[in-house]
Amino acid sequence: MNCVLAEDNILHGTPLLRWVYELAGLFLPCWLSYFIAGFVIMFILVNAVLLGAAVFVWTERRLVGRLQNRVGPNRWGPFGMFQPIADLLKLIVKEDLIPQGADKIAFVAAPIIMVATAILMLAVVPFAKNTALADLNVGVLYVLAVTSLTSVAILMAGWSSNNRYALFGAARGVAVLISYEVPVVLCLLGVVIVAGSMSLADVVTAQAVPFILVQPLAMFVFVAGTSAELNRTPFDVAEAESELIAGYHIEYSGIKFGLIQAAEFGGVVTASAVIATLFLSGWAGPASNYIGWLWLLIKIGVVAFLFIWIRATFPRLRIDQIMAFAWKFLMPLSFINLMAVSLEVYFLRDSSGALTTTDLWIMTVINLVVFAVCIPLFGSLIRDKVRPAQLQPTARATPGATVQQAGGEVT
Amino acid sequence: MGELVSQETAGSVGDVPERGEPVEMLLNMGPQHPSTHGVFRLVLWVDGEKVIRAEPHIGYLHRGSEKLCEGEQYHQIITLFDRLDYVANFNNELVYCQAVEKLMGLVVPERAEYVRVILCELNRIASHLLFVATMGLDAGAMTPSMFCFRGRERVQTLFEAVSGARMMHNYFRIGGIKEDLPDNFEQLVADLLPLLREDVGESDRLLTFNEIFLARLKDVGVISTEDALDFGLTGPCLRACGIEYDVRKAEPYSIYDRFDFDIPVGLDGDCWDRHYVRVQEMYESLRIIEQALDQMPSGDVASSLGRRLIRPPEGEVYARAENPRGEIGVYLVSDGTDKPHRVKVRPPSFCNLSAIEHMLKDSWIADVVVILGSLDIVLGEVDR
Repeated sequence: MNCVLAEDNILHGTPLLRWVYELAGLFLPCWLSYFIAGFVIMFILVNAVLLGAAVFVWTERRLVGRLQNRVGPNRWGPFGMFQPIADLLKLIVKEDLIPQGADKIAFVAAPIIMVATAILMLAVVPFAKNTALADLNVGVLYVLAVTSLTSVAILMAGWSSNNRYALFGAARGVAVLISYEVPVVLCLLGVVIVAGSMSLADVVTAQAVPFILVQPLAMFVFVAGTSAELNRTPFDVAEAESELIAGYHIEYSGIKFGLIQAAEFGGVVTASAVIATLFLSGWAGPASNYIGWLWLLIKIGVVAFLFIWIRATFPRLRIDQIMAFAWKFLMPLSFINLMAVSLEVYFLRDSSGALTTTDLWIMTVINLVVFAVCIPLFGSLIRDKVRPAQLQPTARATPGATVQQAGGEVT
Repeated sequence: MGELVSQETAGSVGDVPERGEPVEMLLNMGPQHPSTHGVFRLVLWVDGEKVIRAEPHIGYLHRGSEKLCEGEQYHQIITLFDRLDYVANFNNELVYCQAVEKLMGLVVPERAEYVRVILCELNRIASHLLFVATMGLDAGAMTPSMFCFRGRERVQTLFEAVSGARMMHNYFRIGGIKEDLPDNFEQLVADLLPLLREDVGESDRLLTFNEIFLARLKDVGVISTEDALDFGLTGPCLRACGIEYDVRKAEPYSIYDRFDFDIPVGLDGDCWDRHYVRVQEMYESLRIIEQALDQMPSGDVASSLGRRLIRPPEGEVYARAENPRGEIGVYLVSDGTDKPHRVKVRPPSFCNLSAIEHMLKDSWIADVVVILGSLDIVLGEVDR
């Protein structure tokens, strides 16, 4: 029996799947080998995300440790690399509590949905040339749809926990996610316009000049929006540990907590992969036909480092400030980016609607100027509230003089 | 303290409210909460993210320290005072010793006075470093806390070299100090000061003028000058409102009149001013230590009393001092025996905390922890 994947099959573009399918098809029925090939791919993908999450957790803890004059985990394995594994083992053997009064189904389902969304996101990211699991022609839309699912999971977790802190965390998380979805979608529109396709593979090939240069504003808005959607500092109000202790996952313990953590950190890895694909030209680079995956990994690492660095530096914004940041700062910026890109594409494209590399460089120059003008301009607009004229206390005077002026007494 | 409200009943809303009508929800914060700085409980009535009403509950750390003092001999009480404000132990020891010295008319050896001032100011820096660390954590910044703790650790190492303990030193004695300093004390402090200045400056540069930190703290938890005086706020919380009142200047105790230092004051009385006043105070404390090191005489440090049992004359006395948290007062009644008849402490944290209900009105939930943090309470002192 010899099975051959049909040309029009959506998974035809994935060599690994085709290879497994044909190999298994040698001695199994075709429908069964199709499933086996699918499971093999799923196994690889799921483990890639979870292992990526483990590596990211270790990197973050070591790096933040370095940035904070600490050592970080260094006991278990070389440089403490097995620390996440040890943490996971601990979480697995811990008692798995479901609080009284919790909505059991929603409570159990929430962490699973979270992990699922984090993993699903990687399905459309091309690791190298022709190696996306599914090269969807609506890849960008798919990414947006899947990331939005996280808000459902957060709401489920927070609401079903029957805990007011969790409810607050969930409400905040959903509010942030919904608000930041808008500027993120708008700046992705700019990417799609230039690439001329919604498929992530086409977006990578379109980046003769990386889109971080062609559309710096979009990159800025997208990174800010993504870090808000991932609940990372300075937008981590949903689990603000100094206010809400842990936010929506306050009641979770054991393996469910482990899953939520894995989803959270895996989400950072997958989001970094999406950012690297959309703006840093994905797998493209020197010798990318052979080591495209390495380029993607390096770019994921750069973006992930950015997230860690921000986390180690900034305090947390308040929820109203986060909303203002989304609607009053990122929104106008994404509109400006969309307008600029549309106009440039309208005037620069040739008769067939394609853009040459020279066109991209022209756009780069224009958009960099727009970026350099817009960020300080809008930044100063929303900053006025927080920067009063005088910031320097300290004075010397005869003690007690002011007390009497203010109507008090010195005894 | 108000009545304990049952969470089951108080939180339920009952009838479905009209559209636009505020919905009250009860949120219990503490006593187990990472940002209440100890076992402090706040009951918040919130409408969405806005706090309608707040009710503080204290007493979870009540140990009856004042009553315990009545059963201890005068020297033994010093260790109880260590445990009031456990972040500023030396300052607490100092004010108690001063109260007894005032009652007995004791003169403290010159060198001992300088040692006390240096240790107290170092302790003030350590305490304020802890404040900056927790302020950063309350606002969500993790890194400054590590820089601050490094500096605090250095100070505590010095304390250990001097008194044998990192905290709860039990080192000051009535009429002097326990024993002379290590031989290389001057060198230790002189080495420490530039490092400390760097630690303070590092966290200061990273945190104080950060845009997000400013956005979180500026115009938050504002208290007017009149209200601050009415509530009896003291220390940095009062000075943040623009009042130059510092016991070290207003009524110089010990040898504080010999040093040249400024009183940093704020302008608006908001959380950021309370933060920045403390940062500035650390630099002033460093100045005081430098001057004290220059002036420090040699000589005896031990009390003229020796190891005798103390029986102060009958009478009462009130001593006060500027602690890192504000003005601490000790009211002491002696009946002529070896144990005091009554000891009453005026704890700065307690008086500062009394304004929390006023400050929290109409604030955001996220501001609650920031405002509470900016008051810099130590529950050991609030509950006593």
